[in-house]
Amino acid sequence: MSDVQPALGGAEFDGAGARVVEMPPKGMITLRGSPDEIGAAVADATGCAVPGQREITFEGEFALGWMSPDEFLLMCPRDEVGTCLKSLGETLAGSHHLAVDVSDARAVFSIAGPGAREVLARLCPVDLASTAFGPGEIRRSRIAQVPAAFWIDANDDIKLICFRSVARYAFDVLCGAAKGEPVGVLR
Amino acid sequence: MSIRLESGGRLIDRSKPLGFTFDTNPMQGYAGDTLASALLGSGQVLVNRSYKYHRPRGIVASGAEEPNALVGLGQGGRFEPDQRATTTELFDGLIAMSQNAWPSLGFDAMAVNGWFSSMMPAGFYYKTFLWPRSFWKHVYEPVIRDAAASGLPPKEPDADLYEHFYAFVDVLIVGGGIAGLQAALVAGRAGARVLLIEQTAHWGGRAPVDGVEIDGQPADVWIADTIAALQAMENVTLRARCMGAGLYDHGFALGYERLSDHTPGDGRPRHRLWKIRAGRIVTATGAIERPLSFAGNDVPGVMLASAVRDYVVNFGVAPGRRTVVVTNNDDAYRTALVLIDAGLEVPAIVDVRERSDGPLARECVRRGVRAETGAAVMKVKGGKQVAGVMLCRANGTGGAGALLECDCVAMSGGWSPVVHLWSHCGGKLLWSDEYAHFYPDPSRAPTGADGAPFVSTAGAASGCMASGEVLADAAEKGAAAVGAAYSGDLPQTNDIEELPMQPVWVMPTGALPELRAKMFLDFQNDVKVSDVQLAAQEGYESVELTKRYTTLGMANDQGKLSNINGLAVLSQSLGEAIPQVGTTTFRPPYQPISFGSIAGEARGGTFQPLRRTPMHDWHEAAGAYLEPVGHWKRPYCYPKPGESHAEAVAREVKATRASLGMLDASTLGKIVVKGPDAGRFLDMLYTNKMSTLKPGRCRYGLMCNENGFLMDDGVVARLDDDTFLCHTTSGGADHVHGHMEDWLQCEWWDWKVWTVNLTEQYGQIAIVGPNARKLMESLGGMDVSKEALPFMGWVEGELAGFPVRVYRISFSGELSYEIAVPAGQARALWDAVLADGAAFGITPYGTEALHVMRAEKGFIMIGDETDGTVIPQDLGLDWAISKKKDDYLGKRAQERSFMTRDDRWKLVGLETLDGSVLPDGIYAVGEGENANGQRNTIGRVTSTYHSPTLGKGIAMGLVAHGPERMGEVLKFAATDGAMIEARIVDPVFYDPDGEKQNV
Repeated sequence: MSDVQPALGGAEFDGAGARVVEMPPKGMITLRGSPDEIGAAVADATGCAVPGQREITFEGEFALGWMSPDEFLLMCPRDEVGTCLKSLGETLAGSHHLAVDVSDARAVFSIAGPGAREVLARLCPVDLASTAFGPGEIRRSRIAQVPAAFWIDANDDIKLICFRSVARYAFDVLCGAAKGEPVGVLR
Repeated sequence: MSIRLESGGRLIDRSKPLGFTFDTNPMQGYAGDTLASALLGSGQVLVNRSYKYHRPRGIVASGAEEPNALVGLGQGGRFEPDQRATTTELFDGLIAMSQNAWPSLGFDAMAVNGWFSSMMPAGFYYKTFLWPRSFWKHVYEPVIRDAAASGLPPKEPDADLYEHFYAFVDVLIVGGGIAGLQAALVAGRAGARVLLIEQTAHWGGRAPVDGVEIDGQPADVWIADTIAALQAMENVTLRARCMGAGLYDHGFALGYERLSDHTPGDGRPRHRLWKIRAGRIVTATGAIERPLSFAGNDVPGVMLASAVRDYVVNFGVAPGRRTVVVTNNDDAYRTALVLIDAGLEVPAIVDVRERSDGPLARECVRRGVRAETGAAVMKVKGGKQVAGVMLCRANGTGGAGALLECDCVAMSGGWSPVVHLWSHCGGKLLWSDEYAHFYPDPSRAPTGADGAPFVSTAGAASGCMASGEVLADAAEKGAAAVGAAYSGDLPQTNDIEELPMQPVWVMPTGALPELRAKMFLDFQNDVKVSDVQLAAQEGYESVELTKRYTTLGMANDQGKLSNINGLAVLSQSLGEAIPQVGTTTFRPPYQPISFGSIAGEARGGTFQPLRRTPMHDWHEAAGAYLEPVGHWKRPYCYPKPGESHAEAVAREVKATRASLGMLDASTLGKIVVKGPDAGRFLDMLYTNKMSTLKPGRCRYGLMCNENGFLMDDGVVARLDDDTFLCHTTSGGADHVHGHMEDWLQCEWWDWKVWTVNLTEQYGQIAIVGPNARKLMESLGGMDVSKEALPFMGWVEGELAGFPVRVYRISFSGELSYEIAVPAGQARALWDAVLADGAAFGITPYGTEALHVMRAEKGFIMIGDETDGTVIPQDLGLDWAISKKKDDYLGKRAQERSFMTRDDRWKLVGLETLDGSVLPDGIYAVGEGENANGQRNTIGRVTSTYHSPTLGKGIAMGLVAHGPERMGEVLKFAATDGAMIEARIVDPVFYDPDGEKQNV
C-alpha cells in the first residue's frame, strides 16, 4: 500500500487569532441505520458511548459523532478501518444498515488558540459561545460556502472536517479568518 | 458663512488638528469631527449639486438622514462614491470630492436644468422620451444618465478586507442613546446575553445636546456611568460604529460595523457584517427631525434645527452667524438658546403657531430673541448660500413679506420616530395626531415562529418625546425582552413642559403654485411639493405609485426626511387623512452598506469553492488548460509548447485511439445504495431494470425526473446482493444524491435503503486504448483478461500494490478500464500508470478529447443532447427503457400525448457536405414561417466537433422525423446569414459494431 497523502500535504498557518493545521488523515466510517442498532454495535466495538443529538463521544483513539438521526461517524486509527468494518459487519449482519469507509473523502483541520472560536464564528452560522458549544459537542454546518463538521476535542482544540476536494478552499478561508485580531466576543 | 467657534465642541479634540482636502482644497478639522462638521468648520457650506436640477446644495442634517452631503471618498483602491459626510469620521489625509457637478461645484453647467424646472415636472422622463422608441437606448438614456449621475464607480479593485461574524444573543438592542443604554442595563442585569449596537462612534445619542439632566447631573455623566456598568457585565457586548442595518424573520438581524473607515489601511478589516440571531430585538433607534416645506428650503444654509445645535454643541461649529429659527413646535427653541449661548445671533424665531409661550419660548424672549408667531417663511433668498428669508403670515398665500437678513435657517417640522427596523419584518404603525408622526403599534409587532412578538421599540423610537418617558419606556422594554416586568426605580430627568406642535405641510398653508414649485420634499431626488400634487391630480392615489412616479424617497437616503412630508402633501391633495394614505414600505438596509461587507471572504481565490481532484496539482504542473465542470476544474486538454488547443485535442484523440490514453475521471459522482429494497429503489430511479443486474456486472442507466425529462446518466455496478454503486455525471452527484434522499425520506420512507455519497472517497483513472490491457498487465497484480474481466464487468483487487476496483466500461469506444482507488493514493497510482504507460506512449487526455471520442461513438452527453426538455425516446434510447417495469420516475409523463407525438425532434448524426464543422446550437430551417413571422425550424445541433479520427466535422442534432430521413440534406442557418448544408447520417460515426471496446 502506498503512502496516504492528505489533500494539502499537511498545510499549516499561524494567524493572530489561531493556528490552522491540516491533520494526518484519520480513519473514518460512515454508519447509517437505526440509531439503536448501529449505536449499540459501534459502542460494543469501540467502547464509545452512543452520542446524543449534536454530540460526539471519545474512547481512546476512537470517536463517535452524531451526524443525523440515522447517521454516525466513527473515527478510528487508519489501520483499524478494515477491522472495524469487519466487526461491525458481523455484529450487524441481521440489521439493515450501511457501513462504509470514507477515510479518504475528507480533510481534517485543527484550529487552535485563544481566537479559535472567533475564527469559526466568522465563517459558520453556529453559536460558538462556550456555554453553547463545548467539549463533546459536534456541529454539522458550513464554513463559508462548503459543508463542514466540527467539534472540540479533549485538548480543547477545534477539529474540523470537510470534503477533500475543497480542502484548499477550506484552508484558505480558515487562514483568512485566523489572520484577524479578536472580535472580542467569544472567549 | 459657517465658522469654527473659539470654544466648545464636546466630541472634538482641539489639540489634534487633522488635515483633509475637499475638491483638492486643503482644509482642517479636529479629531472627533465628522467630515460634515469639518467642512462647515472650514466655511464650506456648498457641498453638492442636486441630482436633477443641479441646484446648489448644503448640509441639512448631522446624521444618517442627510440627503445632500454625499461625496466621493478616498482614492484608487479605497475610492468609494456616495459617502455621507455626516456619518464619515474625519481622519488625517482624508480626500473628498464633490459629486454631480461639472465643471466645478461653484459653477455647474447643468444648473440650466433648474431654469427649465417648470418644464421637468413629475413623470417628465416618462412623458417626454417615449418616442421614437429607438432613441431611448441610444440618445435619451445616455444623456440623462450623464446629467443625473451621482457618484462614479470605483475603477480599481477594493484594497480592503471585509469579514462576517455570526452572533447569537438573547437580546439585541439597536441604538446606543439613553433608551438603548437603559434597556441594555435592565436586560443585562437580568443575566441575558445582550448585544448593544450603536451606529455612531459615541454613546448617549442626542440627550447631551438637548440639555437633558438625569438624576440631577448632565446626561453625559449618566451615560458614562451606564457604559461602565455595562462593560463590567460579562454577558453584555457593546459595539459602537455598528449600525442595525436590517431586521428579518426568525430574529435575524444584520449589524454593519465600520471598523477602519476612520483609520484606513491599518490592517484591520474595513467592515464587519454581523449576522445576528436574537431571541428578542429592541430597536432604540431614536427619532429624526422633519424639514418644513417652504420655497427655497434647499438653499445651502437651510438646516434642521437639531442639526444646527448638534454642530454647535458637539463640534464647536456654527452653521451660520445669523440664524433664523423656523418651527411648528417648542423643541426648536432649544436651538435658539444654544446659538445665543455660543454668542451667535438669532434675529427671529418664526413660529407658525398663534400662541407660543411655553417655558422654552419664554426663556428665548427673556434672552432677547424676537418671536414671530402665526408667521411663516415665504421664501429663502440666496443662491449658493442663504442671504435672508421673506416672512409672511402662516395661513396666507405668501404675499409680499418683510425681508430678514440671515446666513442660516434652522427649521423644525416636528419629529418622526425611526420605525424602519420595526417595519422591516412587518411591524405596523399608528398615527399620532398629537405629534403628527407614525409610531409603532405594540399590538401589531413582528412575530416569530412561536407567534409571539420578537421586536419591540424603546424610547423615541416608540414615540416618546420627553426623556423621562424615554427612560421609563426603555426600562419596560428591556425587562420585557427578558420576559419580566420592570419594577426598579427610574432615573429622574429635568423634562421641560412643551406646548403642542402644530402640523404644517406647506408653508404658508395657501402658498401659490410659484412657491410650491420651489418647496423641496426630497432633496436627494429633487422632488417638490408641486410634483406630488401633480401626481395626485394625474390619478396616482397610492403612495407606493406616487413614490415611483415622482421618485419621492427613492434615493439612497430612502426618504428619511421626505417620507412623512411627502405623504402628508399627497393626502392633502387627495383629501384623505394621512393614516389612510399610509406609508411606503421600509426595506433594509437602513443605510446603504458596502458590497465588500456583503461579499465578506467571497472574493479573489475564495470567491467560490473550487473542487480539486487528487491529481489537480499534476494537471496544473503539466500545463493543462482547465475548464469548469460543476465546481470542479478539469483539464480540457494538455497543450504542448506551441500547440493550439485544437491541435492538442487532436493529438490526444489520435494517440488514445492508436495506442493508449489516460483520463482523470475522479469527478464522476459515486453513490452507494444499499439495502433489501435497493434494487426496487433503483428500478424506480432509472428507466431500465437494475434489479436484474448480477453482482460483478455494470449497466448503463438513464435517470429522469417526474416530468419524464432526462436528468442524469451513468454506469451502475452491483457490488453484492444488497449493494449498488451508482455513477453520476461530474456536475450531477450532489443533485442526484439529494434526489435519492428526497424520494427515500419523503415518499418511500418505509423502503429499506441507505445511501452515501462516496464521490470524494475515490480517485478514478481511466486507461483507454488498444494497449490498455497490456498496461494493466504491466502494472500487475490482477487478472484483467477478457475472461476474468469482460466488457461491463468489474473486479476488486490489487493493481501495482494499490487497493483498487476496476470497471471494464468505455465512453470512448476503445478497450478501457476505469480504476477506482482511495483518493489519498490516487496521485501515486496516477504516477505509476504514467511511468508504466511510457512504454506505450501513454497520453493524458482532457475533457474535450473525451467529448470528441464519445461523439464519434454517438454517445450522448447530459447537458449537450439534453436541456431539460428532452426525453430518452428523443435520443433513440428506447433500448434503455424497460418495457417490463410497472413504473419508474418519468414513465407516466413520457406517456403524455405531447411526449408520444411522432414529430418530436429526434437524435441523428449530421455531416456537412464539405466536411466543415457545424456551428454549435445552430438551427435547421424548414419551409414557411411561424405565427411571429419567423422562419420555421425543424431541428438543431446539440454536439459538434472536428473528428481527428475521421478527418472531418461530425455532429449530433435533434431533427423532426430525423431517423426517418437518413441521407436527406438539411439547411442550417448561420448567424451571419449563410446557409450551411448538412446530411442526416447515423449518429455512430466510429466502430458501429463496438468491436474495439469488446476485445
